[in-house]
Amino acid sequence: MQRIGVFVCWCGSNIAGTVDVKAVSEALGREPGVVYSINYQYMCSEAGQNLVKDAIRDQKLTGVVICSCSPRMHEATFRKAAASAGLNPYMVEIANIREQCSWIHKDMATATEKAIILGRAAIAKVQLNAPLTAGESPVTKRALVIGGGIAGIQTALDVAEAGFEVDIVEKEPTIGGKMTQLDKTFPTLDCAACILTPKMVDCAQNENITIFSYSEVQEVKGFVGNFRVKIKKKARYVDETKCTGCGLCTEKCPQKKVPNAFNLGLDTRRAIYIPFAQAVPKVATIDPDYCNMLKNGKCGVCAKVCTAGAINYQQQDEIIEREYGAIVVATGYNPIKLDNFEEYAYSQSPDVVTSLEFERLTNAAGPTSGTLLRPSDGKHPHTIVFVQCVGSRDTSGCGKPYCSKICCMYTAKHAMLTREKYPDTDVYVFYIDVRTPGKNFDEFYRRAVEEYGVHYIKGMVGKVTPRADGKLSVQASDLISNEQLHIDADLVVLAAAIEPDKTARSLGTMLTASMDTNDFFTEAHPKLRPVESPTAGIFLSGVCQGPKDIPETVSQAGAAAAKVIGLLAKNKLTCNPCVAHSDEWMCNGCSSCEKVCPYGAITYLDKEFRMPDRTVAIRRVASVNEAVCQGCGACTVACPSGAMDLKGFSNRQIMAEVDAICKE
Amino acid sequence: MVFSYYPGCTLKNKAQRLDQCARRSAQVLGIELQELPEWQCCGGAYSMAQDEIASKLAAVRALNGAKELGQDLVTLCSACHNVLKQANHDMAENEDFSRNANNYMKLAEPYRGETKVIHYLELLRDQVGFEELAKRVKNPLTGKKIGAYYGCLLLRPGKVMQMDNPENPKILEDFIRALGAQPVVYASRNECCGGYVTLEDRALASKKSGAVLEDAAQMGADLLVTACPLCLYNLTKNAPTGHQLPVVYFTELLAQALGVDTAREDGR
Amino acid sequence: MTNNQRDQEQVLRSSGVNVLKCMRCGKCSATCPSYDEMEYHPHQFVYMVEKGQIDRLMASPSLFKCLSCYACIERCPRGVEPAKLVEAVRLLVIRQQGQNHLKPGDIPALLDEDLPQQAIVTALRKYSK
Repeated sequence: MQRIGVFVCWCGSNIAGTVDVKAVSEALGREPGVVYSINYQYMCSEAGQNLVKDAIRDQKLTGVVICSCSPRMHEATFRKAAASAGLNPYMVEIANIREQCSWIHKDMATATEKAIILGRAAIAKVQLNAPLTAGESPVTKRALVIGGGIAGIQTALDVAEAGFEVDIVEKEPTIGGKMTQLDKTFPTLDCAACILTPKMVDCAQNENITIFSYSEVQEVKGFVGNFRVKIKKKARYVDETKCTGCGLCTEKCPQKKVPNAFNLGLDTRRAIYIPFAQAVPKVATIDPDYCNMLKNGKCGVCAKVCTAGAINYQQQDEIIEREYGAIVVATGYNPIKLDNFEEYAYSQSPDVVTSLEFERLTNAAGPTSGTLLRPSDGKHPHTIVFVQCVGSRDTSGCGKPYCSKICCMYTAKHAMLTREKYPDTDVYVFYIDVRTPGKNFDEFYRRAVEEYGVHYIKGMVGKVTPRADGKLSVQASDLISNEQLHIDADLVVLAAAIEPDKTARSLGTMLTASMDTNDFFTEAHPKLRPVESPTAGIFLSGVCQGPKDIPETVSQAGAAAAKVIGLLAKNKLTCNPCVAHSDEWMCNGCSSCEKVCPYGAITYLDKEFRMPDRTVAIRRVASVNEAVCQGCGACTVACPSGAMDLKGFSNRQIMAEVDAICKE
Repeated sequence: MVFSYYPGCTLKNKAQRLDQCARRSAQVLGIELQELPEWQCCGGAYSMAQDEIASKLAAVRALNGAKELGQDLVTLCSACHNVLKQANHDMAENEDFSRNANNYMKLAEPYRGETKVIHYLELLRDQVGFEELAKRVKNPLTGKKIGAYYGCLLLRPGKVMQMDNPENPKILEDFIRALGAQPVVYASRNECCGGYVTLEDRALASKKSGAVLEDAAQMGADLLVTACPLCLYNLTKNAPTGHQLPVVYFTELLAQALGVDTAREDGR
Repeated sequence: MTNNQRDQEQVLRSSGVNVLKCMRCGKCSATCPSYDEMEYHPHQFVYMVEKGQIDRLMASPSLFKCLSCYACIERCPRGVEPAKLVEAVRLLVIRQQGQNHLKPGDIPALLDEDLPQQAIVTALRKYSK
């Protein structure tokens, strides 16, 4: 028989305001097995914890029930207190009489009755609790960063700086991500390349960092501290170890008509290419969709001109297997496709561009060498209309329901820089709301208006009509003056919503990391654990978690690195002892549990059994890897023979709780 | 291929050319259009009010008629097409309306949006196929620069019409290309011509039609095609001085290209 | 309950529109082909219905300038469907006794030889009960 102590918390007035805590502690004190029952104002305070510790020692308690807030809040606190008083921490149960009782009820009589029932259920469970001991698992002291944009780069540098190995897997031929395509960065207007490329070089030169460019994560197995990952290194048809990045091949390749993805198709490149001058690694890549040699075996010019002998048309995709202790997701974003917003004529006129295309049109390394020229005729635009929120804050099904967060600031930047460089240009910005929270952000936007004379108009553009004379008729509303405006523009710039990279969804499945309906990765806690995924050992960096600008991304990347370092610094990890366990005698080998396990924690073994008749039989039985199991309980439900059970949440314990609740 | 056919009242009267050319072309293309027995006027406009029931029942009757024949329902006039598709959508999706309408109609079996409504253009695209149509063309309209005028009712509301991208459609352009002519794309092709408001405010209709004609002409069109009698009326009758462009029904061009006899049935 | 409150309820019920979804972007008014002809513009319809100013809308000639072209419905990023509010307020007016905006007797004077039947039936649907 257990000796159980019950501790009812007031939580100030949070619980005591609605629940008669004295009545609860008295009623629960009369339950069988309960030898001690008290109530106290703040059980989580030091004094409150001491009440628990003292009672464990003085009353020789074998089980503890705390009636308080959600176990998510303070279960760990009370388990630690119990352990320090010599009680196995898994002999502590929490009855949640705050979130599930006092906060949601108004009537004290019924709330008190419910609190007693919840307490009774916890007591019934504790009666059946058994001490559990957490196991340990080793930690592989290497981190994987998926995505080599500014988020991934910063995380990798910070982790490497602490002395741990880091691998970056980047699907493009170079690291750098979206930031390489930007011209200037708000609100300080420093040049994106000038601040990014040194970091890219640092990555390449850091002996703790290995870059797998033009590569993708193909499979993830294992668990926190012990991930096993397959990386597909796509064939670039160039030997990375031999290529010197001289670029001769990219000048001699006869296939000149390849849309240049780095410049968003605003100009062309060759079939063999280096995305941009500061690429890391600075190695050529052959685009198999356009290379004549790969398509029909006729050409071979690049191989002829390459003095290093780096070209290899026979190169195959390569699979690399590596082990990691932690994984950081930094997969970033893309602007949405604008097919659903053809009222802005994006596909009907080359002079309707996205903001990212505008970055290329103003970038010194872009297709126009930084002179702002219209894509259609190469002339200077004299009237430019910027449209905000194209596909953001859209619940009609055409766009995204969220605010993309960065557009207000980069549009202010575009507008300001245009006015600075070309003062004869009229610049209009149509906005729904200008959202500029952030250090020096609103000041920046106001400067665009007050010093640079950008026309900010509260209203939306309804239709863009490309005209035969090359102008774009922009029909818009001005809600302040209550007018419909008609502006003859030379260039229209659309602030397209951003969305998580398309690879995020399949990666989330591989990592069993949860995502929201917009395919952003979910945090373990939106406020208190913002860079961790709920899946242990998976961390989040940058826009894959939600829209954010560069300063915010860099902060989050550093935070994710700190979490990774904290994990890799440990030699052993304590496992959760509340894991599944299979009764091998009852297991019928059906594999149902193996199929539902989201963590791959269950394997089947052929095991020898000494049968009652003294013969030896070989039977196929489920075996749980306790280090991998996260204790979700899916297998216990799937098991048809009742062989699977969850330690700490056994079927018997749960039924005892249900019985206690249903008992009159 | 046999389909039920809902011509609508205008096609029996002022827009006979739209109807006749469509029927004769269908024959040549091996499509049988069986006029729905005892059809009634769709009302021209579908009320956007949830509490309008009776005025929507003519459309429901037509839809149910096709259902009883087990045929898809082909329609041609943009307005009829709009009303039939919206009524069908409401019968399938709007429970309140569907229940009320069925209570009014007292059908042997309640109607729940089972009939598939097809615009004649969709018939050409999805049943005949524009590639096949191009092969059947006897008199290609080579060298003609034709602007498609969609107007509103063919495409919007996009989620209900489900015909084409409502902001950048291509079905009429593909049709024009199939006939051997060159489509002229201009952004105003889905902007309103002024519609029924011409009855009260001819100046407004003239302004709206003028903007469409101006855009089309600037972009190089020498001829416009439409599927809507009211659009044709506004674009011709209400064209501001100096903005005239010939406007014909798309079926007239179809018949011409297929080498179908295009003489008027009434001899005019 | 004031007349305006009663009418507001009727407009919301009849249109099926949730005016609270509007985020005041003005794209409906940016897209409206009848904008210049209207005293109250589509975004104002949404706001004034929300504020319960139905009497002012009912008295406005704007009710009969909406072309029912569905452009505001198509392009609204929040799915608010302003044209449905115009329709609902217009019905509120013409459903009153003697308030048909277009009477069958008026039609002969408006006809011309090419006017399609479609225009007449549509106008009757829109302007009369």
